[in-house]
Amino acid sequence: MRLSLKSLVNSFIVLLLLFGLTLAYAVKIEFHDFANKEQEHLYLQLIAELRCVKCQNQNLAESNAELAKDMRDKAYAMIIKGGTREDVIKYMTDRYGDFVLYNPPLKSKTWLLWFGPAVLLIFSLFYLLRRIRHQQQEVSAKEAMSDEQRDKMREILKQSQNNPTDKP
Amino acid sequence: MNMKFFIPLFLFLALGALMLFGLTNDPKLIPSPFIGKPAPAFTLPQLFEDKTFSSDEMKGKVWILNLWASWCHSCQAEHRVLSRFIAEEKVPTVGLNYKDYGVAEYGDAGKQWLARLGNPYYAVVVDSKGEVGIDWGIVGVPETFIMDKKGIVRYKFTGPVYQQAVEEKLKPLVDKLLQEDG
Repeated sequence: MRLSLKSLVNSFIVLLLLFGLTLAYAVKIEFHDFANKEQEHLYLQLIAELRCVKCQNQNLAESNAELAKDMRDKAYAMIIKGGTREDVIKYMTDRYGDFVLYNPPLKSKTWLLWFGPAVLLIFSLFYLLRRIRHQQQEVSAKEAMSDEQRDKMREILKQSQNNPTDKP
Repeated sequence: MNMKFFIPLFLFLALGALMLFGLTNDPKLIPSPFIGKPAPAFTLPQLFEDKTFSSDEMKGKVWILNLWASWCHSCQAEHRVLSRFIAEEKVPTVGLNYKDYGVAEYGDAGKQWLARLGNPYYAVVVDSKGEVGIDWGIVGVPETFIMDKKGIVRYKFTGPVYQQAVEEKLKPLVDKLLQEDG
């Protein structure tokens, strides 16, 4: 019990350190004033969800690129004017396409992306089960004895029981 | 020989082909969602005149919007190609000076750049904060958009325009758009 508590504390420390790293990221971002907590929350949520199109593996919040700053400013300007989450996302996707979203929307073009892994998993599980069952059948078929062999085996057993001295 | 043994090889080849295809795809070339949609309107100060320029002035014309900056090296590379194309096709081209003039550290560099390399533009507008740039969904300069007579964006070229692209894409498209009704 003590051991698991220790490891729990350890993982908590690691988490805390990781959190510190993300804080270090956030420091780079310019500071904005918001009318209320909801707006600030929306802003922080959006810049974490939108991709910087210049430096494609970063979101707006993490990127130092000038374009990312411009896009953050645009999101901020829209939010303080009362723009909703949908307004900002529509503005960005109208200009940069779905590519700008780290959360791709569910539509016919993205079906493969959304369902592909699940389909692949089900298919491979099905294949695996079938294979295992097939192998079992193969093994039992190989080891199964014919009636003739069975009779012979019974004969041998009977003999060895009758002559215990034959035992090696 | 049992064909089953070749299945991993085929799978490997298929995966290899897929990855090879992936290599030829430039992730920076994001398809513009503007194609087929009305061009975003803008009104901006001009580099050489005291009045503003509005994109409404281009209504009824086939026109080009070219985004450039004096600090952008590939813009310099495309400038000669683009200038020749503009002169030959006589298609009015608006040059959008992106985050250059009006930004303290660049000063007059934009004007000097055009004085040195020539000014092929119908009008040069100044977007020092890059707000219109974002409105047009640009990722980086240079970028070039072609609009038809109805003001619909018909083509976007990302990066420096080169001669082969002019001959194979830009020129045939502009010729076609000029034939279309306004």
